[in-house]
Amino acid sequence: MTPQPPLGMLAELTHRCPLHCSYCSNPLDLVRRERELTTDQWRSALTQARELGVLQVHLSGGEPLARRDLPSLVSHAHGLGCYVNLVTSGLGLSEARMVDLARRGVEHVQLSVQAADEDRADIIAGARAAKHKKAAAAAIRAAGLPLTINVVLHRRNHDQLGAIIDLAEEWGADRLELANTQFYGWAMRNRAALMPTRAQLDAAEPVVRAARQRLAGRVEVVYVLADYQDRHPKPCMHGWGARQLTVAPDGTVLPCPSAHVITGLRFDNVTERPLAEIWYESSSFNAYRGEDWMRDPCRTCDRRGVDLGGCRCQAFLLTGAAENTDPVCVLSPHHDVVEQAVVPAADVPFVMRR
Amino acid sequence: MSEWAPRLRRGARLGFDPVRRTPVVLYPEGVVVLNGTARAVLGACDGVATVPDIVAAMTARYRGVRPDDVLSLLRGLVARGVLHPEEAG
Ligand SMILES: C[S@@+](CC[C@H](N)C(=O)[O-])C[C@H]1O[C@@H](n2cnc3c(N)ncnc32)[C@H](O)[C@@H]1O
Ligand code: SF4
Ligand code: SF4
Repeated sequence: MTPQPPLGMLAELTHRCPLHCSYCSNPLDLVRRERELTTDQWRSALTQARELGVLQVHLSGGEPLARRDLPSLVSHAHGLGCYVNLVTSGLGLSEARMVDLARRGVEHVQLSVQAADEDRADIIAGARAAKHKKAAAAAIRAAGLPLTINVVLHRRNHDQLGAIIDLAEEWGADRLELANTQFYGWAMRNRAALMPTRAQLDAAEPVVRAARQRLAGRVEVVYVLADYQDRHPKPCMHGWGARQLTVAPDGTVLPCPSAHVITGLRFDNVTERPLAEIWYESSSFNAYRGEDWMRDPCRTCDRRGVDLGGCRCQAFLLTGAAENTDPVCVLSPHHDVVEQAVVPAADVPFVMRR
Repeated sequence: MSEWAPRLRRGARLGFDPVRRTPVVLYPEGVVVLNGTARAVLGACDGVATVPDIVAAMTARYRGVRPDDVLSLLRGLVARGVLHPEEAG
């Protein structure tokens, strides 16, 4: 089976970030500035990505605005014909900067918001960040770009769901993405403090439903379920090495942003091997393509075409083997580890991301 | 439905991919690779032409276009976030 060319690339330009979100999915072992790709190396990675078939580039991190060459990378990606999506905390996004980035080719911005009120948001982010966000949203709207507000939900902000929705409406978002925390990186480290209660999740559903009705045609409300509390896992990334690739700040090429946790795999670097070769031929990208790698119960399960056995990173993190069924699945023999993790713990303090 | 005049969502645009040699639509949440008919249907979604207008334009241009196929294509593109939902006009 020859894989299709990729459609999207997540470019993690840097791990540096003025925020220190306790829920951050970035790795515990952050790439330091000295090891970041240079401007020319990023340009080359983007050019190779377009030649390979990538049409959408997500400029993210860390905080992409922390890279001084961001404007030139936007111009380069846009010049190649890619749709450029900026994923940002909004810190440092002045109106002048936003206008310039839009002129250079940013076509959509995803702005993260941590909570409905500034005090709470600053505690979650570990920085005095919230007060800058409203102006950032206004700058994005003033530049005429579509705005998605991204909110990661967890035990410390689920109670503000209604107010968060109101804020997104007030700030003129086209789209609001409410995503329950996925437990990777710093979020995994803080799992006990972040895990939402069953009562919080049950309370969220009618709130989201009512908001969808009320805001229909104005703000699209997307709600991503907490997968630990679901019966079956999500089809992660539409399949390993199927549609998207990630380039980490140091040039490591990953099938998904969390894949580096799978210690048995060797990941190539875009400065050492052509991107097309990495996509089509590398052992890491071929490791979990298709279904041959599956073990029981996935191997013979009727749902394997639907959820692809879930997330390989989660299987590795929670069971020690990426080939195992994602233990979020009720059919997994390791499902008890998830059942234990969702039992609400007493409130524990956050370990802030560096 | 006959009043519905579909239009692209803010941030969505049509393009052509020289690598795949196919028309595409690029939008905030992703990319859809289009065939010729789908490209023509989307090209007609200007927020003025109603669904019957689009069907008429397509039947004039291509053989064997069925109104139901056009409608299900349009609804699929709404579900993916390429077109504005029907209620919103
Ligand atoms: C890692 S951040 C980098 C960009 C920027 N610093 C920001 O936070 O918007 C990329 C996106 O992932 C989201 N995110 C971070 N940690 C997450 C987690 N544990 N689960 C789900 N989404 C997460 C953020 O809200 C943001 O939209
Ligand atoms: S999630 Fe928070 S800490 Fe992580 S990169 Fe984004 S803003 Fe920075
Ligand atoms: S056993 Fe595997 S394929 Fe079946 S539902 Fe669970 S994760 Fe999906």
